Amino acid sequence: MSLITETTARPAGKLRVTRSRRNVAWTGAGALIVVVVLALLPYIVYSGTTSIIVQAFIVLTLASMWNLLAGYAGLVSVGQQVFVGLGAYFVLILAIHGTSPFAALPVAVIACAVAALPLWWLVSRLRSGYFAIATWVLAATVMLIIERFSSIGGGTGMPLPGLSGLSSVLLTAYTYWAGLAVTVVALATMYLLLRGRLGLVLTAIRDDEVAARSSGARVGLARLLVFVVAGAGCGAAGAVLAISQLQVQPGAVFSVQWTAEMAFATIIGGLGTIEGPIIGTAVYMVLQQTLASYNAWYLIILGLVAIIIALWSRRGLWGLVDEHLHFRLFPVGYWLWPEDVSRPSRLLSRLRRSGA
Amino acid sequence: MAWVNAIIQGVLTGGLYALFACGLSLMFGVMKVVNLAHGDLAVVAGYVAIGVITVTRIPVLWSFLIVVPVMALLGYVLQRTIIQSALDRSVLTTLIVTFGLSVVIENGLLQFFTANSRAIGTDLALVRDSFKVGSQIQIGYLLVVIFAVAVVVLLGLQYFLSASKYGRLIRAVADDREAAQLAGADYRHVFGIAAALAFGTVALAGISYGMYSQLQPTTGTDTILLFAFAAVVIGGLGSLWGTLLGGVVLGVAQQIGAQINISDEVLAGYIVFLAVLVLRPQGLTSRRTQS
Amino acid sequence: MTVPGDTERAENGTPLLEVRDLTVHHGQLRALEGISLRVFPGEVYAIIGANGAGKSTLLRTIAGLHRPTTGTVLFDGRDVTRLRPERRATQGIVMVPEGRRLFGSLSVEENLKVGATYARPGPWTIERVYELFGWMRERSNQKTAQLSGGEQQSVAIGRALVANPRVLLLDELSLGLAPVVVQRIYGMLSQILATGLTVLLVEQDVSQALRVASRVQCLLEGRTTLEGEPGDLTPERVEAAYFGLGETAAGGGDAGGGNGGQPVPSAGHRSPVPGGGQAMGQSSGGGSEQLWPG
Repeated sequence: MSLITETTARPAGKLRVTRSRRNVAWTGAGALIVVVVLALLPYIVYSGTTSIIVQAFIVLTLASMWNLLAGYAGLVSVGQQVFVGLGAYFVLILAIHGTSPFAALPVAVIACAVAALPLWWLVSRLRSGYFAIATWVLAATVMLIIERFSSIGGGTGMPLPGLSGLSSVLLTAYTYWAGLAVTVVALATMYLLLRGRLGLVLTAIRDDEVAARSSGARVGLARLLVFVVAGAGCGAAGAVLAISQLQVQPGAVFSVQWTAEMAFATIIGGLGTIEGPIIGTAVYMVLQQTLASYNAWYLIILGLVAIIIALWSRRGLWGLVDEHLHFRLFPVGYWLWPEDVSRPSRLLSRLRRSGA
Repeated sequence: MAWVNAIIQGVLTGGLYALFACGLSLMFGVMKVVNLAHGDLAVVAGYVAIGVITVTRIPVLWSFLIVVPVMALLGYVLQRTIIQSALDRSVLTTLIVTFGLSVVIENGLLQFFTANSRAIGTDLALVRDSFKVGSQIQIGYLLVVIFAVAVVVLLGLQYFLSASKYGRLIRAVADDREAAQLAGADYRHVFGIAAALAFGTVALAGISYGMYSQLQPTTGTDTILLFAFAAVVIGGLGSLWGTLLGGVVLGVAQQIGAQINISDEVLAGYIVFLAVLVLRPQGLTSRRTQS
Repeated sequence: MTVPGDTERAENGTPLLEVRDLTVHHGQLRALEGISLRVFPGEVYAIIGANGAGKSTLLRTIAGLHRPTTGTVLFDGRDVTRLRPERRATQGIVMVPEGRRLFGSLSVEENLKVGATYARPGPWTIERVYELFGWMRERSNQKTAQLSGGEQQSVAIGRALVANPRVLLLDELSLGLAPVVVQRIYGMLSQILATGLTVLLVEQDVSQALRVASRVQCLLEGRTTLEGEPGDLTPERVEAAYFGLGETAAGGGDAGGGNGGQPVPSAGHRSPVPGGGQAMGQSSGGGSEQLWPG
């Protein structure tokens, strides 16, 4: 039997549509517990540990944003470092003018979202590969422009003012909470966006752009929204980066290495899955920490693993979990359950047998 | 007079940028692959040339005879293996894979050869010497030679594509891969040959840049790939001669920018690139070829 | 599975092209189910059927552009089911694809040269194609986009001929062409067929197909509904098989290859062809859904 007969040959009343096999509420509760535990961590562990976790927060936020771009909207940006840099510099500029860097963070995020609009206008007419390099050129251009202003450090950058009043213990803890907040908001925003209308439109575009257009999906608008959200998210990560590094250096914040890290973490974890960036970030952190004394080796290994996974595995490490267990922590799609079949996996295997 | 000099220097640098760009343009025109590792492979070619010259002590210019065919072979092999399997999956996969290659190559070079910059053939008269036009304009022999090489390469590519059996097949496959298969052509092999051509030009670009300036592990992306791309967009996507025009426009923009403020050289080029992107996204040559 | 009438054909020797029990899916959709056919040397074998019957899929599978789910394709007795399209082409299975698919940035002559690149030895050369299509030589340097639809179709046929096919697959030669042009193309085809070339053609325009074919097979929704020689088939039976009208078209005579006595799916909601009962080739005026155009 084909999918068509499988789904249309029975009365509509006999199908149930759910988000997941397991109750989403459990995942929600679990996520809440994880967040609470993470929030309490600065009271428990040393500041060395929290700084490492802040790094993980930055990578996870970046990876989730890149996943939204490439995995859901098909936009392979190699210039996301432009937002990391802008986020860092917005915090720096506000701090120079007397704002606390922590208060500057949300402002920087909004500024990055606004900055994404003209940048999108510049690159939106290019597709796939040309879009990728064009974003890269944009990042280089923005960095060159910022380097011209000596009041914000010119080509060498400058330390971030406004934090000297805090004790180092408090500063570390505040930085950690800022990183946690950014990550939680970024993940929640992405999840809610993908569950909603935007998720449907993006799926439609991914399946067939022409058909999506002709059935009224506003493809350009959906892509713009994704680009702006991803810009804001990467800007937030850049702001946290500036605070955690206590300085802003153009070559460092505008480095293409940020895009490499976010892309590799996403691909290794699973492009186009919400869980993927989380797994990928874990892999990234483990490699980076164990190979910390070997300079660039962790990036080389990450790159090679990402290439291998891109070539031979459909959806990264999470894809393996999903394929074998049909398990989603954050379901954004739907399962179609015939009443007489208790597990969607059996429906799936039946479809596979029938030549799907 | 300084302005005239800037324009002349810019035009001549445009030849170098056309060398950067034509391989990128060719691979996109034929296979729809944007090779993000393009510039890093050029740097690899430069490093290989340095290695060959150091080890065998052959004259610098002879290194071309070794490195260009080696890179062409590498291009064929990479295309038939990694790039083809990425293409079989999706265009997005080709971007991920070539970006991965770019990062791996760049950090590999950093790891093995440090961040030190290296130059090729600094003791050659060709590289060092220049001639004077009038009293103020000084032109390096090397830039003139590189410009000539770029023109010869473009002419050669054009002749190959229009007159040879494989050139015809390359254009046929770029037009309609399936119809070419029905005519008995193995498009994978044809893609491999196109990649070999592209990589040959990449090798020329890398070694030439090593003689003109200096190579560092990061040169591949921040200079070669981005300049190549800017030249391709300015000149018009998929047009071979457009890459020369785009390279020249980029070179002149950079030299004029440098005249205004020495640190604005690169920025001026990118601003012209962005202006073209906004005002004339199809590039300065609206002629459509190959794609 | 033997088809009556096959025995006499078999006296010509072994089939040059044979398809056994072919099933092809497009994703989840089944395009062909259990199709078999045998094409003998020198035959002109026509596959007819309505839009979406699976004709093109069948031809594309034979050419190697689709992988079948089950079934085999034999060429000259050898299994070519797993062979890539370009390998089949060099062995002599050459296809003129639907919609012509010329190389748009190449000139007429270059298109022919690409066709001749991997040619088998044989009578057809670019020169001979120029002789066949008189206009082509003096316009050989034009880009194919500048040609009319009929001229493009001629170049597509020429491009296939210069490969010296052992069996030529023609996919919907009439598609998108004016009736006059179709007439002319089929007129040319008769000349080509006179050379003894083996041809498997797919055509929606039944009258043209029946005029040149020595054997016909009709597909409906991926299954065979009729098979036979044009002379033995009445228009009523062809029409019934074409549209899947109530009666079992596989009923009598030498029809019914591969259908295994299953009832043909009914398509009663479709209106029969106006004037469908009249003899083939006769004009029936300006009907909108006309099976036999004049």
